[in-house]
Amino acid sequence: MLMQEWLANGKPGEEADPAGYPFGFMDEGAKREVRRSILKAVAIPGYQVPYGSREMPIARGWGTGGIQITLSLIRPDDVLKVIDQGCDGSVNAVNIKKFVKAVAGVEITTNTGAATVIQTRHRIPEEPMRADQILVLQVPYPEALREVEPSEAETRRMHAEADYSRMWLFLYEDIVRFGEISISYRYPVTVNGRYIMDPSPIPRWDVPKLNRSETLFLFGAGREKRIYAIPPHTSVEPLEFEDHTFRVEDFTGKRCARCGAEDSFLDEVIDGEAGGRLYYCSDSGYCDKRVEPCNL
Amino acid sequence: MQPVIKVRGLAKRFGAGCDRCASSTGPEAETNQCPHCGAVLACNDVSFDLFPNEALGIVGESGSGKSTLVRLLHFEWDACAGTVELARTPQLAHLPEFFTEGEAYSRNLLGLSQFQKRQVRNALMGIVYQNPYLGLRMQVSAGGNVAERLLGAGWRNIAAIRSRAAELLARTEIPVARMDEPPRNFSGGMQQRVQIAKALSNKPLILFLDEVTTGLDLSVQARVLDLIRSLREEFQLSLLVVSHDLGVINLLCHRTMVMKYGRVVEAGLTDQILQDPQHRYTQLLVASQL
Repeated sequence: MLMQEWLANGKPGEEADPAGYPFGFMDEGAKREVRRSILKAVAIPGYQVPYGSREMPIARGWGTGGIQITLSLIRPDDVLKVIDQGCDGSVNAVNIKKFVKAVAGVEITTNTGAATVIQTRHRIPEEPMRADQILVLQVPYPEALREVEPSEAETRRMHAEADYSRMWLFLYEDIVRFGEISISYRYPVTVNGRYIMDPSPIPRWDVPKLNRSETLFLFGAGREKRIYAIPPHTSVEPLEFEDHTFRVEDFTGKRCARCGAEDSFLDEVIDGEAGGRLYYCSDSGYCDKRVEPCNL
Repeated sequence: MQPVIKVRGLAKRFGAGCDRCASSTGPEAETNQCPHCGAVLACNDVSFDLFPNEALGIVGESGSGKSTLVRLLHFEWDACAGTVELARTPQLAHLPEFFTEGEAYSRNLLGLSQFQKRQVRNALMGIVYQNPYLGLRMQVSAGGNVAERLLGAGWRNIAAIRSRAAELLARTEIPVARMDEPPRNFSGGMQQRVQIAKALSNKPLILFLDEVTTGLDLSVQARVLDLIRSLREEFQLSLLVVSHDLGVINLLCHRTMVMKYGRVVEAGLTDQILQDPQHRYTQLLVASQL
């Protein structure tokens, strides 16, 4: 069964019912503040803009930063896609989708190409995105330097003065200890040659997609009250050394057990009965499209 | 010969301060705390020149302002008054904005932004503290400690960084086989030598030594002092040596300043100061040496 059908099941003709809330749940003043913060974030790529994170009907840390960005940008004619670790059907993604549909009445899709706004937790879709789309990423820890410096005042000073030697020292120590940089997700990047930024917990696989992209990337951390952005065509470079360069996950010889893809980020699944390992596309929308292209 | 650094009227005050602070503190008043407003003048009206390849000693009792002076010059604390000017040297060629066209000395460095101060510090200065915990990251490997300044200066080649770190650690008599161990595993004397290697990593012009041998036993002291002396020749360093130990000053320094209550009470050639002290406090200091 395709995710699209599954999502549509059991609720035929469901209409948006704002139940007394303004369009998009948040009041206009709140949305305007979020949009102002987004504008500032776009103007200073990679800089974390503090904003007044609102109370949302889900708990902080479950995507409230992403939801606030989505709600402040969404219009009635938008088409929304929400994914959680690449999957359109996981609980978090379905709940957010239903919520935004209820308060804004927008159309929902699992098709990356058809969406105008995509909210995501920890993945970037496999399909190349376009200039008329916006990707909203949920961020648990916006501060890339938190690993090396616990104090917020100190990390702000480090960003202000571009004093990043301790982050580089952290990578040096990693190489000395393990022979290579051992960060698997949340791989720190330099944005526009200036700020070191946390790209949210996307795998290394997705980091090159941020570089000189057609699409606007917006990052929202609701619990930590920060918004930051990568505007289109901005350079995004993973931190690397001349003799220890950045590399992505290696899936050589593995393919998706459902659609046969060899060019997508794969999740490993243990087959309980046979005891073997199976691999599936992490991006369920991409997998669906390959299985039944005519339906989408 | 031209001094590499010119310091004039350097002062550091803790507290609000008043008009009478300067006149009612100092060696004559026998206090560095202003009786009128309660502010402490940790350091006041300190002026000196430091020449290339010269070691200048600063002696004085605890609380006389020696370490404050080093922290001001290393830009760790902000000075209240005074000027610090650097000579135009090849090491500062990549920072031309600090110099006015045609001038032999830079602008007053105390007026720079934090970012610019760090640039100057990374280009020219090294520091060795009394307590290795201040100067080293104890969780990070010894090689990493040396690498930190190189990384800050834009080195991005692990092999090159490691060979430079190994070279410096070998020069300061740390076994290269132990360069990936954290300094907390090392003895006090070794930690001090790792600090020296770290301070030398950026090929500084000026090295600040803040009570480097205090707390080490005598044979280790002697080896650290020997090392510093030979490094001064090899790297053509200018040293600013802070110590309360006249023996260390005698061994390392050409010239010496004596500080008390935040002021310089006497300055001159080290031999002269030790043989023929003029100020009452210096006489006491020399007389009370064991």
